[in-house]
Amino acid sequence: MIELPALGWQSIVIFVVFALSLLIATYCTYAERVIAAFLQDRVGPDRAGPYGLAQPLADAVKMFTKEEFFPGGANKALFVFGPCLAMITALMSSAVIPFGNIMNFGNNLFFLQGIEVNIGMLWVFGVVSLGVYGVMIGGWASNNKFSLLGAIRAASQNISYELAMGMALIAVLMISGTLSLRDITLQQSVAGEWHVWNIVKQPLGFIIFLVCAFAETNRTPFDLPECETELVGGYHTEYSSMKLGLYLFSEYVNIFVVSAVMSVLYFGGFNFPFQYELRDWFVSSQGWELASAQNLITLLGTVGLFLKIFAFIFFFMWIRWTLPRFRYDQLMRLGWTILIPLAVFNIVLTGGLILAGVI
Amino acid sequence: MSPIFLFLTFVALLSALGVVFAKNPVHSVLFLILTFFSLSGHYLLLNAQFLAAVNIIVYAGAIMVLFLFVIMFLNLNVDTEPHKPALAKIAAAVAGGSLLLILVAALKDVTPTGVAAGTAFNSQIGMVDQLGMKLYTDYLLPFELASVLFLVAMVGAVMLGKREVGERNF
Repeated sequence: MIELPALGWQSIVIFVVFALSLLIATYCTYAERVIAAFLQDRVGPDRAGPYGLAQPLADAVKMFTKEEFFPGGANKALFVFGPCLAMITALMSSAVIPFGNIMNFGNNLFFLQGIEVNIGMLWVFGVVSLGVYGVMIGGWASNNKFSLLGAIRAASQNISYELAMGMALIAVLMISGTLSLRDITLQQSVAGEWHVWNIVKQPLGFIIFLVCAFAETNRTPFDLPECETELVGGYHTEYSSMKLGLYLFSEYVNIFVVSAVMSVLYFGGFNFPFQYELRDWFVSSQGWELASAQNLITLLGTVGLFLKIFAFIFFFMWIRWTLPRFRYDQLMRLGWTILIPLAVFNIVLTGGLILAGVI
Repeated sequence: MSPIFLFLTFVALLSALGVVFAKNPVHSVLFLILTFFSLSGHYLLLNAQFLAAVNIIVYAGAIMVLFLFVIMFLNLNVDTEPHKPALAKIAAAVAGGSLLLILVAALKDVTPTGVAAGTAFNSQIGMVDQLGMKLYTDYLLPFELASVLFLVAMVGAVMLGKREVGERNF
């Protein structure tokens, strides 16, 4: 029986996850430019520090020291509240993601996860659906037509794609039978059996989820809310200084979280191939204790999960510098008349396959 | 009652009053969202995790976004709101007062008994699997009818959005 984790330990985990999300988001801004440079055959940032690695630091200094600008007629309180809300909601969702299995010190078991709740997936979904408020409030409070149009686009886009995303999710939940992200991860790798990740059982669902993830995080080819060619800067036209920084930052945190969610749901989370064989090898051939071998496997699993997350983040950036932006009516048509019927079909198909005993 | 429960109740009442008294419709909507959050907090404290999460997703996450969307789209403001005649104000006050009277009359004899003696407290009662079992066994027909209703509404939305023959958007 697993005893309840100590509150102190969990707060350390939450703090580390918080710091890691920020660090990864910081270096995403660097990675984005390096990848863009690579794809466009340019050099990219290389002035600040070795290989330009201090570039995010320089950007932060620049952001903080720029002038704080309030547009005339803006609703000041909401103008400040918007970016804060965007950042808060982006950071909240990583609380339930299992970044690793159990650590065993003495007889104390610790989860490498902020909080383990039996509604984990609903929590992520709920927080993601709140993410649009930051954009909407900021865009409206700017008292600018372009900002307002960006905010309205963001709202309708998020609502449309949430529907297809939720239904892609339902198919996963039908297989797993639980909403706990930890249980979903553990189900994808049972000792002594083939490690069948959910991507094998849900290829169509994964593609739907991936497309919706691009739309929910406002990334190209669905970054219509901040489309420069039509809306100047979209919802953050009037923002300057660190308030703009928070908006740009929250986008990267969102990408990190959604990559983590996709890794957990479809790519086995912290599981990696031959983990049980490796553990048994350490115990039988190297004479390790079972607990310390398990701890090592847990740490390796965490590294594996982060590799999966980085692969997804790279994919997001790769797409951004490869595909042009959709037109707004094309975006809506894709969401409502293609993705939603496909998602319904996926649910029916999954139900049929479960009944037939195939998956 | 725990202090957190009391605090949440305080926040819920205060933000509900804010919805009514705020001059700016966008502020009203934001107060309403805060009210939903504090209600979800109550659900959590009452051990109904699923209800709390669904309340956030459906009300705070989807319906209120649409509210905000419409208000922003129509750009409702204090200046553009027409002045209402005195008769409408009196009628609204009378209607609201009667509703309050009915609620008070209905609730004044209720005594909060808590869990009836003899039934063991079940901490799992609000969890997803318990709720699912209940819905899919005791309330199967109403549940399925409601889901068919939702499906029809969704298919209807998709049909309305479909491209007509010969229609061009640019």
